[in-house]
Amino acid sequence: MVETAFTDLWYGFGVALEPHNLMWCFLGVLIGNMVGVLPGMGPLATISILLPLTFGIKPVGAILMLAGVFYGAQYGGAICSILLNLPCHPPHAVTCLDGFPMTKQGRGGVALGITVISSFVGASWGITEMMFLAPVLVQVALQFGPAEICTLMLLGLLAGSTLAKGSPIKGVAMTVLGLLFGIVGSDLETGAERFSFGFPQLSDGIELVALALGLFGIAEFMNSINQASPVNAKYSNIKFRDMRPSKADLKQAFFPMLRGTIVGSLCALIPGTGPTIASFVAYAAEKKISKTPDRFGFGAIEGVAAPEASTHSSVQGDFIPTMSLGIPGDAVMALLLGALMIQGIVPGPQLIKEHPDIFWGLIASFWIGNILLVLLNVPLIGIWVKLLTIPYRYLYPSALFFVCIGVYAANNDMFQVGETLVVGILGYTLLRLGFQPAPILLGFVLGPRFEENFRRAMLISRGDLRVFIERPICAFFLALCVLLITAQIYFRMRGSKRNNPVLAVG
Amino acid sequence: MKQSGSDGAKTLTSSKHGREEGVPHHRGDVHIFGQRFKLRRDYYAGGLIILFGMVAALNGPSYRTGTLMHMGPGFMPTVLGVILIFLGIAIAGAAVAGPDDADESILPEHPQWFGWLCILAGPFLFIVFGSIAGMAPATFACVFVSALGDRGATWKGALVLAGFVTVFGVALFHYLLQIPMPVLEWRLSW
Repeated sequence: MVETAFTDLWYGFGVALEPHNLMWCFLGVLIGNMVGVLPGMGPLATISILLPLTFGIKPVGAILMLAGVFYGAQYGGAICSILLNLPCHPPHAVTCLDGFPMTKQGRGGVALGITVISSFVGASWGITEMMFLAPVLVQVALQFGPAEICTLMLLGLLAGSTLAKGSPIKGVAMTVLGLLFGIVGSDLETGAERFSFGFPQLSDGIELVALALGLFGIAEFMNSINQASPVNAKYSNIKFRDMRPSKADLKQAFFPMLRGTIVGSLCALIPGTGPTIASFVAYAAEKKISKTPDRFGFGAIEGVAAPEASTHSSVQGDFIPTMSLGIPGDAVMALLLGALMIQGIVPGPQLIKEHPDIFWGLIASFWIGNILLVLLNVPLIGIWVKLLTIPYRYLYPSALFFVCIGVYAANNDMFQVGETLVVGILGYTLLRLGFQPAPILLGFVLGPRFEENFRRAMLISRGDLRVFIERPICAFFLALCVLLITAQIYFRMRGSKRNNPVLAVG
Repeated sequence: MKQSGSDGAKTLTSSKHGREEGVPHHRGDVHIFGQRFKLRRDYYAGGLIILFGMVAALNGPSYRTGTLMHMGPGFMPTVLGVILIFLGIAIAGAAVAGPDDADESILPEHPQWFGWLCILAGPFLFIVFGSIAGMAPATFACVFVSALGDRGATWKGALVLAGFVTVFGVALFHYLLQIPMPVLEWRLSW
C-alpha cells in the first residue's frame, strides 16, 4: 500500500510540476498569502472572486490554484495576528494571545520564524495523512449505495452545522436554509421550476459565486466597515535576520509543535471541526500540560507553535473527506467542491479513480505550495509586513469591485450581481440575528446531491423508510448522528453550569 | 455629539462631524435603542426562519409532492419547509427559556447606516452603469461611492482610489482576462 502511494505521488508530482500547473499553484499561494496578510480580507471571499476566472483553465490548474489560496492565506493570517494583534482570520485568533506579547518584547521575528516552521511541520503531517487515509476511505465508500450516501451526507451536514461556531440549532437552521437555496431552479429529474418566482434567470438555480460573495463579501464588508481600530504598525519592522529562532527556542517549541500537529490531524477527521477549533484545542491542551501555565499570555513560545502547527495540519486534513467522500467539512471546502462540479467533475469516492490527476496532483501541489510558502515568507517578510499597513478604507471599495466583476464574469449576467446584493443584505441580517452563514454554503452545495440520492434510495426501497435502519452502514451513520445531537444537548446542559474550557481560552 | 443612531438621515450628516472629531458615536441613544430589543433578538431570528419555512412549505405542494416511492419535485421543499418551521419555533422557544446573553441587540453598538448605504450602493451602481455605459464607468462609480462610506474618507481620496482601480480593473479584466463587457458605450435599451 505504501508502495502504490509513492508511485501515485510520483505521478502527482509529474502533474503538479507541469509548467502551467506550477504557475497556477504559485499564483494561488501568492494571492492566498497576500489576502491572508491584508486585514479584513478572507480566503472565502477571495476564492469566490477567483472562481469564475478559473472557468477557462483546466480543472487541475483551477483546483490547485483555489486550494493554494486557502492554505496560503493561513500562512499570511499568522503574520497579521502576531504583529498587529488583529485576529482577522479566526484560526489565528489564539496565536494573538502569545504572539503579540512576543512582538512587544521585541521577539516578533522569532515568533514568525517559529510559526513558519510549525506551519510546515503541521502541513507536512496533514498531507501525509491525506496520502494514506484518503485511498482507504475510498475503498470503504465505494461500497456505498444511495441510502448510505444519504445518511453520510446527513452526518456531514449535522456535524458541519453543529460543531462550528455559534448556537448548534441556529447552525442546523442555516444548513436547512442552504438546502432550500440549493433547490431553487429546475428540478434535475422532472425539469419543473421551483422557487424561481418568475425570474427566468433563476431557472438555472442560484449562482454559487453570487451566494458565496453575498454572504462572505458584501455581508462581511457591512459587518466590518468603520469597526476596525487603527492599525498599530509600531512593532512591525521585522527583518529577515530577526526571524531565526535560537536553539533554546527551537527546543522549547519542538514538542508543542508535534502535539499541535496531532490535535490538528484529529480535528480534521471530524467533519465540522476545522482549523479554528483545532487551534483553540491545541492551545488549551498546551496550557494544561505545561509546567508553567502562568507564562501563557505573556509571550510563551509554545502558545505560538502548538496552535499554528495544529491549524496547518487541520487545513490540509480538511481535504480528506472532501476529496475522498465528496463531503465538505466547512464552507471553503464546499466552495472548492462547487468549483469541481462547475468544471463537470462529480465529487465522491470515484474521484480518485476517475481523476487521479486532480487528486494526486493536488497532493503533490500541497508539498510544492508549502515549500513555496516557506520561501515566500522567510526572505520576503518585509514586503508582507508593509502590506499590513494598507488601511481598510482602500481595501473594501476595491474588493467590492472585484466582487461585482467576479460575479458578472461567472455568466456574463448582471442579474447575478443583483442576486449577490440581495444575498448580501440577507447575510448581514442573519449575522446580526446571531446566525453563522457558513453552513448555508455547505447545504447549498450538498443540497441537489442529497435530494437526488434520497429519491433514488426511496425508489430502490419502494418507499420504505426502514431501509435507513435495516442497512448496517446506514444505521451506523444514523447512530452517529443521534450521538452527535445527544452529546450537543448534554454539553449544553452541563455548559450552562460550568464554562466550556475551550471557549474560555478565547 | 448627540444624535439618534436609528435615524439614517441624521447619521448621514453627523457622521461627518464624527470624522473631524475622530470620536466614535455617542453611546446614549444607540444603547437605549439596543435595549428595547434586548432578549428579543432570538424571537426575530426564529421568526425569520419560520417565514422562510412557510414560503417553502406553502409553495412546495404546488410543485407536486408525489409519494415517498415516486417523489415529485415538491416533496423535498415541503419537508425542508416544515423542518425550518420547527427549527424556527425551537430558536424562539429557546430564547424564552434561555438565560440573558450579553450580545442581544440586533443593531451593532455603532450602527453605520451611511457606510452600509455606500456599500450597497456600490454594486447597485455597478449594475446600472454596467448595463448602460460599460465597464469603466461602472467600476468608477462602484469604487467611488463605496469608498465614501468610510469614516476617514475624503472626496479626493475616493476619486483617486476610484481612478486607480478603474485603470487597473479595465486593464486586467477587459484586456488581459477578456471579460466580455464593453469598456465604454452608451446603450439606453436594457
